[in-house]
Amino acid sequence: MSVPPEDELPANITVAARMATFFRGGGVIAPIVTVLVAFIAGGFVVLLTGHNPIETYSAIFKGTGFNWFFPWLSEDDRIIAALNLQQTLIITTPLILTGLAVAFAFRCGLFNIGGQGQYIVGVIFSVWVGSSFDGLPAFVHIVLAILAGMLSGAVWAGIAGLLKALAGTNEVITTIMLNWIAIWVGVWVFNLGSPLQNDNPAQVDVPVSNDIAASAKLPVFWGDPQLQGLHIGIFIALAALVVFWVLLNRTTLGYEVRAVGFNPDAAEASGINVRRNYVLVMAICGAFAGLGGALDLLGWQFRVATNDIQTTKLAFFGIAVALLGRNTAIGTLLSALLFAGLITGTSVRNLDPTVFEPQLATNLTYMIQGLVVLLISTDVLVVYLMRLRRKRRAQAVTA
Amino acid sequence: MTAKRVGWAGVALGFLAFFVAVPPLTVRSPLVVIVLAVLAMAAGSYAIAGGERRLGWSAIVAGLVGLAGGYAATQSGVANLDRVVVWGALGAATLRYATPLIFGALGGLFSERSGVINIGLEGMMLMGAFFGAWGADLTSSWILGLLIAIAAGAVFGALHALFAVTFRADQIVSGTALNLLAVGITGYLFVEVYGDLGTPDDLPQVPNVSLPIDWLPLLGDVFGELNLLVWLALGAVLVTWVFMFRTPMGLRLRSAGENPLAAETAGLNVVRTRYFAVMTSGGLAAMGGAFLSIGFLHTFTQEMTAGRGFIALAALIFGRWRPGLALTATLLFGFGSALAGRLPVFSPSGAVLFQALPYVLTLIAVTGLIGRSIPPLALGRPLPRS
Repeated sequence: MSVPPEDELPANITVAARMATFFRGGGVIAPIVTVLVAFIAGGFVVLLTGHNPIETYSAIFKGTGFNWFFPWLSEDDRIIAALNLQQTLIITTPLILTGLAVAFAFRCGLFNIGGQGQYIVGVIFSVWVGSSFDGLPAFVHIVLAILAGMLSGAVWAGIAGLLKALAGTNEVITTIMLNWIAIWVGVWVFNLGSPLQNDNPAQVDVPVSNDIAASAKLPVFWGDPQLQGLHIGIFIALAALVVFWVLLNRTTLGYEVRAVGFNPDAAEASGINVRRNYVLVMAICGAFAGLGGALDLLGWQFRVATNDIQTTKLAFFGIAVALLGRNTAIGTLLSALLFAGLITGTSVRNLDPTVFEPQLATNLTYMIQGLVVLLISTDVLVVYLMRLRRKRRAQAVTA
Repeated sequence: MTAKRVGWAGVALGFLAFFVAVPPLTVRSPLVVIVLAVLAMAAGSYAIAGGERRLGWSAIVAGLVGLAGGYAATQSGVANLDRVVVWGALGAATLRYATPLIFGALGGLFSERSGVINIGLEGMMLMGAFFGAWGADLTSSWILGLLIAIAAGAVFGALHALFAVTFRADQIVSGTALNLLAVGITGYLFVEVYGDLGTPDDLPQVPNVSLPIDWLPLLGDVFGELNLLVWLALGAVLVTWVFMFRTPMGLRLRSAGENPLAAETAGLNVVRTRYFAVMTSGGLAAMGGAFLSIGFLHTFTQEMTAGRGFIALAALIFGRWRPGLALTATLLFGFGSALAGRLPVFSPSGAVLFQALPYVLTLIAVTGLIGRSIPPLALGRPLPRS
């Protein structure tokens, strides 16, 4: 008995194609309106629970450090703003990369929910390389640790691509499963008595990894390294944006990826190896996310505890970043900045607790993120606005 | 001897290889385990050669698992084995761990059978967990708490339906959005209402059902003292099966998921059917969440569902969108968790790895190694615009 060939490539239009139609209609207005609506809805929640939304949002904005750009800021305020802005940019780095991990897959008609797992696997392997091989020259050590993160992320995501190519398995299901496998492996691997738990005799009871060697730490170029200044990872993330754009728009691979994204059947018919594309694209996505994990680790975290693995939600923001950014390079950058600002602005460290409780604000951030994804999922607003415009035009013609 | 029978025999032998090595049999010789496991794999190879590929591979996998588990058991002390493998306690714990998964999987079944992907199960479960606790606290009644939880889940389901059915959004994206939203909403309300103190200690609880069957061996330990919601979950499986496969309503719901256009042509209101299905889905998933907060753990903590919604989804896929098979899958996953709860006797950290088991099994299942899971035909596709 042989297995009948599954309908791997449904004749149905892919998510990417459907979204592209919506996006062409909406342009840049829809994301902006979406964000505004999400913030206003969040403001209502704040208001209904008896707080002042305007004070809250302005305190959050102060926490982001974006006010550093205001020329009228006093010298003292500018020092604080610089510290905050460094935080925001530190968080922007992984958000750009996990955003790209989602965006690149989207352009191929794949939905990569596995950014979280790919990021975690990247963290695990780069902390391993970063804390072993003491005595290497700094540059070599950093490159090796980053490559370890990228490669492991690529392999992890590649599993989902391979299963899609070989068995036609839906990548949404496999990436979700791979996320949770990565989380539990991560929890295990730094646990007491596990392979990557620290070998410091004073910390035998602490489920945390070894600290990475000084030679593996990314240099800080703005601010005090002792105060978590901004590391050079942000430039690597910006370079990744350029790579993403070039790869997508200026290479054969990118052309094929976009073709498969719009219509896999047509792409197959015109001689593109669709299956090979699935594997390759997922691997590249995983490399982006793994790079994000490696940069976080080498740039400011320096060690991982089992607790971090379970609670980190940075990589999940990648989905919102990519969707809001319309799966483009510039859009990903802007929405990564937005969400990084939100995360930093609502953090315990940056938000003034006398104005609004940071714990509340953190959850407000999740709410706003959820609303953004919900609204972007349909672009109801776009359709509504387009109808409105069409109506007005029709009225203008008749008048 | 057909290849099929040999294949099934192989699967059974694989399980036997593990079973002989643990109490009450506790065979100490690894040779017995190895022989049984090899026989299982041989039977699997025979079945594959005879054309039963999936069954054969299942037998080989069962043989490998039996070999690993059985061999590990023969190498460890009898005292440890006796502490870990207490079938009565394991059985009860399995049901406890499986309950939220059963509710979640049944919820997913309703939604997905009607053609709407429900990645948002986790969020609906979390809503149920919080609103169950909050509602029970406000009204001082677990019944009202449970009802409020169901209502909250249904509202979330309606939101999913609004976007996925009416606005024709991508169902995976809107489901993901619901998960994020649920974390935000429940977290915000929890901090706002309870702050640093957490839920009060006198939170009303769903009661346990004590059956007078203490004297029965094994069954008495497993079923004697279970939470009411555990029984409700088991009952819900039966009700779901009857509804889905033995009533006209169920047939209509399934037709909306298989061929919505034909159903629409035949006079069915597909949109309304899908709304009903997704809201039921939310209510059921929320019951699973409420079990966690007011049935099992007696408190609410932020993000307490911790991926159980996704395991429920995995169980649904593993169980090929069928109530009985999904129940089997949840029991399997529940057994894994129950075993993991007792394994720290051997290795405190290694037991953690067991938590990854449901996901690995699902990964194997969806790739078609052990029987292909075929989803409802129109899953994920909105009704074409007329």
